[in-house]
Amino acid sequence: MTVSARPETGARTRPAAARGGRRGGRDGGRPGRRSGRAGSARWYAWAMVAPVVIVMGVLVGYPLLRGVYLSLTDATEANVGRTIGMNEIPATYGFVGLDNYLEIVRNGTFWLRLGWTALWTVACVGLHVTLGLGLAMLLNRRLRFRGLYRVLLVLPWAAPAFVSTFIWRYLLNNDFGLVNGMLRATGLPAVHWLDDPTMAKVSVIVVNVWLGVAFNMVAMLGGLQSIPGELYEAARVDGASAWQQFRHITLPMLRPVSQTVILIGTIWTFNQFPVIFLLTRGGPDSATEILVTAAYRDAFTGIRDYSGAAANGLVILGLLVVMAWAYRRSLRRHGEVW
Amino acid sequence: MSKNTGSGDTGRSLPSSIALHGALILASAISVVPLLWLVLTSLKPKDAWISSDVRFFDRPTLDNYTYVLTETSFPRWLLNSVLVAVLTMVIGVFIAASTGYAVSRYRFAGLRSILWLLLVTQMFPVAVLIVPLYNLLGSLGLINQYPGLVIAYLTVAVPFSAWMMKGYFDTIPTEIDQAGQIDGLTPFGAFYRLVLPLAKPGLAVAAFYCFITAWGEVAYATAFMTGDDHYTLAPGLQQFVSQTRAEWGWLTASAVLITIPAGAVFLAVQRHLVTGLTSGATKS
Repeated sequence: MTVSARPETGARTRPAAARGGRRGGRDGGRPGRRSGRAGSARWYAWAMVAPVVIVMGVLVGYPLLRGVYLSLTDATEANVGRTIGMNEIPATYGFVGLDNYLEIVRNGTFWLRLGWTALWTVACVGLHVTLGLGLAMLLNRRLRFRGLYRVLLVLPWAAPAFVSTFIWRYLLNNDFGLVNGMLRATGLPAVHWLDDPTMAKVSVIVVNVWLGVAFNMVAMLGGLQSIPGELYEAARVDGASAWQQFRHITLPMLRPVSQTVILIGTIWTFNQFPVIFLLTRGGPDSATEILVTAAYRDAFTGIRDYSGAAANGLVILGLLVVMAWAYRRSLRRHGEVW
Repeated sequence: MSKNTGSGDTGRSLPSSIALHGALILASAISVVPLLWLVLTSLKPKDAWISSDVRFFDRPTLDNYTYVLTETSFPRWLLNSVLVAVLTMVIGVFIAASTGYAVSRYRFAGLRSILWLLLVTQMFPVAVLIVPLYNLLGSLGLINQYPGLVIAYLTVAVPFSAWMMKGYFDTIPTEIDQAGQIDGLTPFGAFYRLVLPLAKPGLAVAAFYCFITAWGEVAYATAFMTGDDHYTLAPGLQQFVSQTRAEWGWLTASAVLITIPAGAVFLAVQRHLVTGLTSGATKS
């Protein structure tokens, strides 16, 4: 069986060169498709990709363009057109150019929120990846109850996030929560987990880490298991210490997995909606409000501010695209392209 | 086969063995206790959650369960959620698999932009899409309709699943499809008859991901569905703990009932989770 541990340089560096239905030179052992079939291959390929392109084009592309348009207007719930029964109320909103964006940039709370969103993302992803890798390395050994540990550790992922978030809201409750109950039982003072601005920030991070470690652990475990054991044997023969093995075999061989996990994790965390929305509702005093929950609140509370929410959403999207682009560049510098 | 177990697997000393198991037990406890507490709370009488001392058992009863199952719209919400999640799963896996396969096997113009598209759709914040998507579904008459919700979930679930499937198909040697085509199968035939069966673990993971996405989604469900009869679980449950009341007894009982199907699907595929999620190993 070929276990492609995919040496990460070389294997995937040539999509641009391998054009026209050819898949030449991959791992040296895979003959390319005969070029006479290239035309039909392309046809089949498009036929297979078409559903996604259509679904995404209609359901993401169109709303996105519409969102861009809305962000340049002053649309709110009050002035968009709608139909009530038989009566049609015409839309009265107008084009305002970049006003919405200027307002965001001038607004001090935006920058505060951006700072907290960045902190939240870095803390969550950092803890996800390190704890996930740590647990994966513990599990990636011959040990008793391994299957049991794995199931138990993966359980937080099995429960829907909104359910888990509700549980945590109860666990962290000031008066009736288990956490404070245990603190009191051991004689320690209770902590205002969700009511104190600083502790609320800690709490949302803790809950999100609890939710997300399982995914990272499973991904990392898969990555670890694809590393050929011979590498470690050879390293041991050469007298490499455990740390050296980790540093020079495990980490580099994990890179394809960890890169994906970090990138996806960053995007998910940046856009993480249910945890903050359901745990603290952004409070206390919008201390835990990240950009996404703030934009959602604009769009769906009070007089719904459609244009402001769209502008906020596009700013968030812009930030993510820049981040992903920068990340991809740094990957390409290491010879990794997808 | 390279079923390795990493480094240092045999002849572990007693202290390091204790440390290893200790760390794993601690981590397992942290991951399980909240869920355990959920189950315990659901078994307490309705108002027992308002108690500041920690009690594991408190006059155990199934009252909360019978109440939510008979007196509330919970069964209806559950049914709606199952319907939406299963539809999302079936359609999502189908689309994701064919896309993943095409992107993995063929080098064609536009490939890179599709990979980018798959990634970038992950980045769209709910806030920017939700209003236009609402308008779009509204003009198609799909607001407050299950197909509308399914379509909205597909936009969330498919890109990641397709990406995952691409990684999985990458590990299946292309010689297999080529042999099939030499034997007279069309590329579609080779895909459905030869490659898909080999990709079952990957498919299982994609199915799981699609199901869980639909099962646990909050924002779209809350915004698109109105009326008790149309709610799925996420908007429905918010009614148990709203601003005006907090029925943790009912909430925990329904949470347990919700987690059971998700957990069952999960346990059915968890054997494949490790292999399916990352493209490396070939273990069956």
